[in-house]
Amino acid sequence: MKLMSSNLQTMQSEAGEPGKLLDVRDLQGWYGESHVLHNVNLTVRKGEVVTLLGRNGAGKTTTLKAIMGLLKTRAGAIHLDGTDLINKQVREIARLGIGYVPDSRGIFGSLTVMENLLLPPKIADGGFELPAIYELFPNLQERLDSYGNKLSGGEQQMLSIARILRTGARFILMDEPTEGLAPVIIQQIGHTVQRLKAAGYTILLVEQNFHFARKLADRHYIVQEGRVVDEFHNNEVEANLEKIQGYLGI
Amino acid sequence: MFELLGVPPQAFFGQVLLGLINGSFYAVLSLGLAVIFGLLNIINFAHGALYMMGAFVSWMLLTYFGIPFWFALVLSPLIVGAIGMLIERTMLRPLHELDHLYSLLLTFGLTLVITGIFQNYYGVSGKPYPIPPILSGGVNLGFIYLPKYRAFIIAMSILVCFSTWFLIEKTRLGAYLRAATENPEMVSAFGINVPLLVTLTYGFGVALAAFAGVLAAPVYSVNPVMGNDLIIVVFAVIVIGGMGSIMGAIVGGFSLGLVEGLTKVFYPEASTTIIFIIMALVLLFKPSGIFGREA
Repeated sequence: MKLMSSNLQTMQSEAGEPGKLLDVRDLQGWYGESHVLHNVNLTVRKGEVVTLLGRNGAGKTTTLKAIMGLLKTRAGAIHLDGTDLINKQVREIARLGIGYVPDSRGIFGSLTVMENLLLPPKIADGGFELPAIYELFPNLQERLDSYGNKLSGGEQQMLSIARILRTGARFILMDEPTEGLAPVIIQQIGHTVQRLKAAGYTILLVEQNFHFARKLADRHYIVQEGRVVDEFHNNEVEANLEKIQGYLGI
Repeated sequence: MFELLGVPPQAFFGQVLLGLINGSFYAVLSLGLAVIFGLLNIINFAHGALYMMGAFVSWMLLTYFGIPFWFALVLSPLIVGAIGMLIERTMLRPLHELDHLYSLLLTFGLTLVITGIFQNYYGVSGKPYPIPPILSGGVNLGFIYLPKYRAFIIAMSILVCFSTWFLIEKTRLGAYLRAATENPEMVSAFGINVPLLVTLTYGFGVALAAFAGVLAAPVYSVNPVMGNDLIIVVFAVIVIGGMGSIMGAIVGGFSLGLVEGLTKVFYPEASTTIIFIIMALVLLFKPSGIFGREA
């Protein structure tokens, strides 16, 4: 707990004035020949938790991949703290301080939990030290010598988040962290996101689970057919519930 | 026991020793192939030619510059490894997105080119390379006469195999390598320079081949085609051990060398084919190899 609160202080002091951290303008993306992202526009301010909501195949995951540089063909403008990412390679984008938690969780099955945890190099100061990570995810500490492919889905998800926290990245792209997990694990991940937010982390979250998302996020973008079609502040959600449910088909 | 088998003990142990020496070369060479195959998914057909270059570079270092064996043991793998990295950057990388068959054909072509160049300048007859003085002579162990240099080959091979295994399985760098073998995209999303890792890995695998070449220089004659026959056996070894498996390459290399030696004692007619018979059996019953992961 002590480590957590010291993290909290450094984050807030370094976060500075609330400004645009990520600014995505007219983002286009292609998978081979097929045009999958058409004019994605969104912004994320420092310290915000923003979700991308939408149905399956709407382009949410692709948007995260495009920001990260994992989508090879893209056009438009993606600014991170003023730096344009559009011509940068994946590894350069990661070095600018973006942590990526993919929907597949990206755990290496042939590496132990410890090796997975230590794999991402530190890219900035102020990341979580191992004791703070164990405090956040006690399950992981018990399984340090297990191989990644022996973990449950929930443990993999925690590991996927935990190893990013070590790197010092302040901005996390999180792709469906609740997918296929038991309610108790979803709750634990929800608490984690809340604690990160309190510690000044900025999170762009892709979610299908709207109930999970509305408890955590400041704002929501609706993604449909490769476009951002609507935006709601969390306090507007109640008034627009029907509309949102219509978008999501729930 | 030996009387029962009708084999004199000297012949028996002599072949065991020879088997272990051949096994030492199989192990180091197949280890390099396994490291390269694991990360790059390339079947490096040029491995035999690069092994030959390792031997030739140490011969050149001695002949033209008077640089002795002990320095060549380090310098030659570094030089040939650097050439390997150049090959990866300029020729293999552009083929990365294409079918593996292209890189296999390219490395096969490289073998012909490299061998051809060396044949052009040095002919096909071997160049002699002296055993370093401190390792000449041997020890009589009673049941067998053990030449010092041969013992040195086995010791060096075990040392290099163990170090490589340790590097890959137990260190941070090795963890990057294993992770990149599994999911290179995710590794680059952590900010790691995967193309550089690929180049270094290829260079390392090539350096292992060159190292085997330096070890071979004093015992086999240094000639442009010295890698040709050896590499075919080494490919059989990695198929048996399991493509890309580090343990499979090491254990497979030594044990198949030994099997080959023992076959020479008990059924000499089969000694050159035994490894291929085992390969066929492994392919029939466990196609991913003895240490390979099931696909």
